[in-house]
Amino acid sequence: MSEQQFEPNIIAFVCTYCTYAGADLAGTSRLKYAPNVRIVRLPCTGRISPMFILKALQKGADGVLVSGCHPGDCHFTHGNYHARRRWMVFRSLLEFTGISPERVKYSWISAAEGSKFADLINSVTEDIRKLGPFDQYQQMIKDAQSPATL
Amino acid sequence: MAKIGVFICHCGENIAAKVDCTKLAAAMGEHPGVAVSVEYKYFCSDPGQESVKKAIRDNNLTGIVIAACSPRMHEATFRKACAEAGLNPYLCEIANIREQCSWVHTDSDMATEKAMDITRSMIEKVKRNNKLQPIEVPVTRRALVIGGGIAGLQAALDIANAGQEVVLVEREPSLGGHMAQLSETFPTLDCSQCIMTPRMVETAQHPNIRLLTYAEVESVDGYIGNFKVRIRMKSRYVDTHKCTGCGDCMTKCPVKKISSEFDCGLGKRTAIYTPFAQSVPNIPIIDTASCIYFKNGKCKMCQKSCQINAIDFEMQDEFIDLEIGAIVVATGFQIQNTAMYGEYGYGKFPDVITGLQFERLATASGPTAGKILRPSDGKEPENVVFIQCAGSRDPSKGVRYCSKICCMYTAKHAMLYAHKAHGGKTNIFYMDIRAAGKGYDEFTRRAIEEDEASYIRGRVSKVWQENGKLMVRGVDTLLGRPVTVAADMVVLATAMVPQPNAKEFAKIIGIAYDEYGFYNEAHLKLRPVESSTAGVFLAGACQSPKDIPDSVAQASASASKVLALFSKEKLEREPVIAINNEATCAGCWGCVLACPYNAIEKKDICDRSGRLIKQVAYVNPGLCQGCGTCVTFCRSNSLDLAGFTEKQIFAEVMGL
Repeated sequence: MSEQQFEPNIIAFVCTYCTYAGADLAGTSRLKYAPNVRIVRLPCTGRISPMFILKALQKGADGVLVSGCHPGDCHFTHGNYHARRRWMVFRSLLEFTGISPERVKYSWISAAEGSKFADLINSVTEDIRKLGPFDQYQQMIKDAQSPATL
Repeated sequence: MAKIGVFICHCGENIAAKVDCTKLAAAMGEHPGVAVSVEYKYFCSDPGQESVKKAIRDNNLTGIVIAACSPRMHEATFRKACAEAGLNPYLCEIANIREQCSWVHTDSDMATEKAMDITRSMIEKVKRNNKLQPIEVPVTRRALVIGGGIAGLQAALDIANAGQEVVLVEREPSLGGHMAQLSETFPTLDCSQCIMTPRMVETAQHPNIRLLTYAEVESVDGYIGNFKVRIRMKSRYVDTHKCTGCGDCMTKCPVKKISSEFDCGLGKRTAIYTPFAQSVPNIPIIDTASCIYFKNGKCKMCQKSCQINAIDFEMQDEFIDLEIGAIVVATGFQIQNTAMYGEYGYGKFPDVITGLQFERLATASGPTAGKILRPSDGKEPENVVFIQCAGSRDPSKGVRYCSKICCMYTAKHAMLYAHKAHGGKTNIFYMDIRAAGKGYDEFTRRAIEEDEASYIRGRVSKVWQENGKLMVRGVDTLLGRPVTVAADMVVLATAMVPQPNAKEFAKIIGIAYDEYGFYNEAHLKLRPVESSTAGVFLAGACQSPKDIPDSVAQASASASKVLALFSKEKLEREPVIAINNEATCAGCWGCVLACPYNAIEKKDICDRSGRLIKQVAYVNPGLCQGCGTCVTFCRSNSLDLAGFTEKQIFAEVMGL
């Protein structure tokens, strides 16, 4: 591999009321942050299924970010609490499957926290960059397709 | 076969300066399913929108992606353009390449690459979008206001004055609530009765208000715009149509020594009674627990005295079924039972009273005709001690929250006492003086400076009786020493707590409550008067401790929400709601638990002969707010969220 810096692919699942609005605020404030994150907009973090996270990792994302309203601020009263509870359970499943839970980040960003959003994207990008590419899954596919393992 | 149109907006230089729009348009044109991929300087402009509409018509597009600013800016604009071009508006998606791309990245190549990913994922999503129709829910233009205190009256009058029908239900025999019990109100010291009773009369006489007193809400079914409410009319044993309110029955009633609830036990009433002289409606009820006839079948003095034969001992409870479009809950509060504070001696020493009892003493129409007299011997006290936070802000024995009104009414009590008993001394034990509000701090200063209320910062540890005096022992934390005050009367500023049946009642209406039993608003800051259930609004102290101005403001706010709801014949809502696949639903009811809006019901699936085959979940489109929490909860993948389906999101992820 060349000396070129590794640019991770990160997929973010965010709620439309807080974090998506926070990301828009970062834009209207013309803050600059790393271009590695792609956002998928959902009505609420309560809508985020662990399957989405797995799908993102399967698709080739090196990291996943989930972000919604602060606890107590959910537009839908408590969707973010559901998301948090799911994450607590899902985390151990990730560990069990051998995927570092470090690759999945949870955070709360309100619609007023544009600069916090920019900082978060930068720090998540840095963290995932340190972890390196997520190639376990691709490797597994390759191994599974080789007749020797079957 | 999908025919997607991709429209890439330069937004002047805002996008084009960072993102290579020509390259983006060319690349998207290559993407499978894309029929048109064009760029333009401003798609949101009139000619821009026209070009989008023309492209939709000319190419029979099955969906469009506008790669431009945030959907929060112009999603509505382009959806409207779609509809005008004959395309279902929900077949339009926005790729946000301005706020979340061109504005926030410095490297042009990387920004272009990101813009491609964003646009591609939206193309993949829109391919799987379904045609959605706005949900139309019919609205019954009749509001139910529960509670006839100041908040309920204000809400009912505001709605009725706007020309809409209102049904006002009050549990007690008369309107008025707690405000009718008060003497004078802070910070203006105007008499509560003087401002309250005209409101009560206006409500009772309003052509748009149907008043149901001594009635309780029995059940609430249905959803926003379409509630079905059953009201129990408790039997008064007095015919409300005949009774003229002359009061002869009350004069003749031989049972005269029942402690009056309205006077907080300081006054007496008869067995057939109206709670207070200005009751609205001015129709008595019979208290069956005290009435001699109901106890041993004899007496009937009231019936004999009634010249119009309005008394009917055989009367039964009646039920009224109502169709209701919106509900305002204004059920109010209670004061905490202070007997748990043994150290203050409430219940043990008759001259230790609550703030509400003091209100009754200070009221011109109260049991002492406005004279501050000791309940024990009827003498005017020379020294009164007020204890603030007798229950509030006390996590160990009382409640954790601040009851908000006590600092103000204690200052008012001190003033009233000073005005009525010249030369009387007041000492007020307090933790903090919380006087935030228009004219409030000035008011407490007046109590201190003009009416010589002496504030002692500290708590009281014990009240005991000695030589006919109440000895109050506390601490003065500012001087750092214990103090003992000999008082003739002690007034406790008791905590405001929810109604004792608040939680059960919340379950009847289907709204959420907090740990104490105060009703939860949909959003503390942005939706403070809406409950978590669509079509149910909150007003007054049932939501949190409040003073009169706040209760009235919240009631008017609730009324305006109701009127907005009633401004249309049909309620139109975004069709982003959960939909259930009844074929695969196993009826585990996980979704019912997850739903914050009680929008999911159990639905019977029967065969042709009407035998129950299974029960499945049914999402009520009138109640569902479209958060999607239930979808993720669904174990059999039967639920899905229109506009954000599993297919759409997976496609979106795969497009990235």
